Order: sequence, then structure tokens, then C-alpha cells
Amino acid sequence: MAAFAFTHTAIDTAALAAQLADPACGGYAAFEGWVRDSHEGVRVRRLEYEAFETLALREGERILSEALARFGVRHAGCVHRLGDLAVGELAVWVGVSAPHRDEAFRACRFIIDEIKQRLPIWKKEHYVSGDSGWVNCERCATATSGEPGTA
Amino acid sequence: MSAVAAAREASTAPLYGLLLAGGRSSRMGQDKAALTYGDGPPQLERAMALLAAHVLRAYVSVRPDQAGDPLRARFAQIVDTHSNLGPIAGLLAAQALHPQVAWLVVACDLPLLDAPTLAHLVAARATARIATAYRSSHDGLPEPLCTIYEPGSRALLASYLEGGRNCPRKFLAQSDTLLLAEPNPRALDNINTPTEYSAVMSQVSAPKQITVQYYALLREQAGRRAEALATSAATPAQLYAELAKRYPFTLSAAVLRVAINNEFRDWATPLADGDAVVFIPPVAGG
Repeated sequence: MAAFAFTHTAIDTAALAAQLADPACGGYAAFEGWVRDSHEGVRVRRLEYEAFETLALREGERILSEALARFGVRHAGCVHRLGDLAVGELAVWVGVSAPHRDEAFRACRFIIDEIKQRLPIWKKEHYVSGDSGWVNCERCATATSGEPGTA
Repeated sequence: MSAVAAAREASTAPLYGLLLAGGRSSRMGQDKAALTYGDGPPQLERAMALLAAHVLRAYVSVRPDQAGDPLRARFAQIVDTHSNLGPIAGLLAAQALHPQVAWLVVACDLPLLDAPTLAHLVAARATARIATAYRSSHDGLPEPLCTIYEPGSRALLASYLEGGRNCPRKFLAQSDTLLLAEPNPRALDNINTPTEYSAVMSQVSAPKQITVQYYALLREQAGRRAEALATSAATPAQLYAELAKRYPFTLSAAVLRVAINNEFRDWATPLADGDAVVFIPPVAGG
């Protein structure tokens, strides 16, 4: 199983983890990205996520398939929130099940890293000060690395 | 000259450009050098500008009876000294005039020729070999009319002609030629007939109906989520440049990616009527 999805409502991680259950799997690893309350020292009040969904879904499925092929894990899934999120809310969930823990951990790490790099998803931060800004875009010419907000 | 001596000489040879504009355009029925595309300049002028940007000096190759033609007279010329040899005549005259330089020879009837194609050829130039050329995406053979001929090619070319042959493609195929893959597979498509001309005309200049979707910062700066527009932009790179004049975009194309019909594509991909284009700002998922 490899499935990528977007949602505009809260992510039910227990239900998603249950979909990865498999008698052949002794390991399940998950990553949860939460909305943090600051970005480079600036207080963040809430986040807004937007995606080019058609392409992001295709590319997300490709990343999950790559993880299955590359690490030999049995199942992988990812759900990404869109719309307005408050501090503390779950923005992204990645789950992997595999016969053993090592490949599960590595595949999970691979998936979240690739998703951050490759998927056409954008994040607008709304600051406590009242300002706002698109992460990685407002200072593109000077800042090219590190996208804060979650983990 | 021995091959070793030729190689040594070639290693420092400056690069001159030769635009072949001496053809008779008999199948076209009118001078190909004077053809225009859209609101662009005559083909000869366009090709000379492209060529001149990549060489030390650029010349137009002409037949003796063309020397006074106003279109050709504006540029430095090299007049053919041989007749009935086809395109090789131009190269022979140029090599006779400046035997110590390498010649980037380009045909005048390549309306889709672009700067990246010439830049790649010059950057990949193998000075110790006889020539550097592209391998045709159509038949796998060398493309002789967008090729760098090193000084060492002159003696070989002379003996090739003595054998009664004058096909530059076969000359390159049997010589020590570096063959490169074309960065843009259509760049060396030549046009010989009115039908081919109108096909290129419609691709280069006819307005295409394109839909553009905007996301994130670009959506805010464009003030809209999507629009349908008619454009003569040939590539998404040209389309973004066009839109950047209309909207206060702060992101340069260098930090964007582009998708056409829901797949990531190269900026130089030719746009087709009905394409859906999305410019993708730096992403920040997770």
C-alpha cells in the first residue's frame, strides 16, 4: 500500500496507522509535523497551506513508490493538511510499516525529506505582529535553505 | 600538416563565425534569408545576431552575384570562390581567407536555432579534433551546418573534395568529429519549402491559447487564481517574462519551476495551443 492524500480537516493518525497493519510487518515508524509557534525568532500565530494538488498528488505517490522500492518497506502513506492551521496542529503525517525497524525509520525519513523538497506545497505564516509571509519566497534571492514551521 | 601539428595548432585557434546565406532557395521560391517570422527581423539578421554573440568575428557567406544585395551588404562578407560545391564552397572560401581560425558554420535557414544550442556547441568544442557537431535527432548523422570546423579540417576537406565528393555530412561522419546530443531537438530543423515555412510560422508566431494557474505568492501578486490568455510566447520562459511585465512579480524565473499539463517541464519546452501552465514558487511543504 502506498497512498498520498490531502485533507482540509484534522488528521486521524490512529486510523491511518491501522491501514498500515500487516502480519508480515514487525515495525511501524511515523513522522508527525506540527505547527510551531515561532520562525527564526518571530512569533507565529497560525499557518496557511496551499498546494497545486494535481501535480502534488502525482509526485507524492511517486515518492512513496520510490520509498517502497528503495528500502523494501511493505506499506507507506502520507497525509498533508491544507488550509488554515493553528499552532500545535498536525500539518503532515508520514507512516511506514516494514518487517524490521531499520528500513521503516529510513523510509520514513526519506519520505518527509523528499516531500519537503519536491511537492508543490506552499506555506504562509501569519505572525503575532500581524505581518505574514510565504516561507522561502519573500526572501528568495537571499535565503534558499531551511523551511521552518514544522519539525 | 600532420595530425599532431594540426591538433596543436587547433588548440589555440580563435573562433570565427560563418553564416551560409548563399543558397538559391529554389524550392522556397523566394530568398530564405529574407523570410521573417512573426514580427521578428529577417532570418539573416536574426541568425547573424545569434552567431555574432558566440564568435570573435562573424561573416556572411555569399555567392559573387549576391554581394550587393542590401540585406547581405550590411554585414562583413566572404564571397564564394568555387561554384557548384553546395554549402562547402562557403567554408572553403572562409578557410582560404583565414586558415588559422576555427569556423563555426551555421546555415541561414534554421528559424528555430537558439542561443543555448550555439552556446553548448562552443562550450563542448573539442579543439584537438577535426570538428564539433550535433548528431541529428532525425537520422543520427552529423548536422554539418551548425558545426565548428577546426583549422586541421582544411587539408582533409581538400583531399575529400579531390576525391570528387562534396557532402559535408559524410565528410564529418568519416572524420574525427565530436558529436553532441542536441539540447533542443528542433533547433536545427531547416526549412526548404513554403509548407515548411508556414509550419514554422504558425509555431513561432501564431497566438496560442494557454491557461495559467497561479499559486501562493504568485497568486497574490497576479491577483487571480487562473486565467486564459492568447500568447505568442514559444516557451514557458518567454511566457513568464511576458507575465512579469503585466504583474508585480518579485520572484525571478531562476527560483521557479514550471509545470505544463500537470507535469514538471523544462523552461525551454515548446508551448502548444491549449497547454495548462503553472509556475511553481519555491516550495515549503511539511
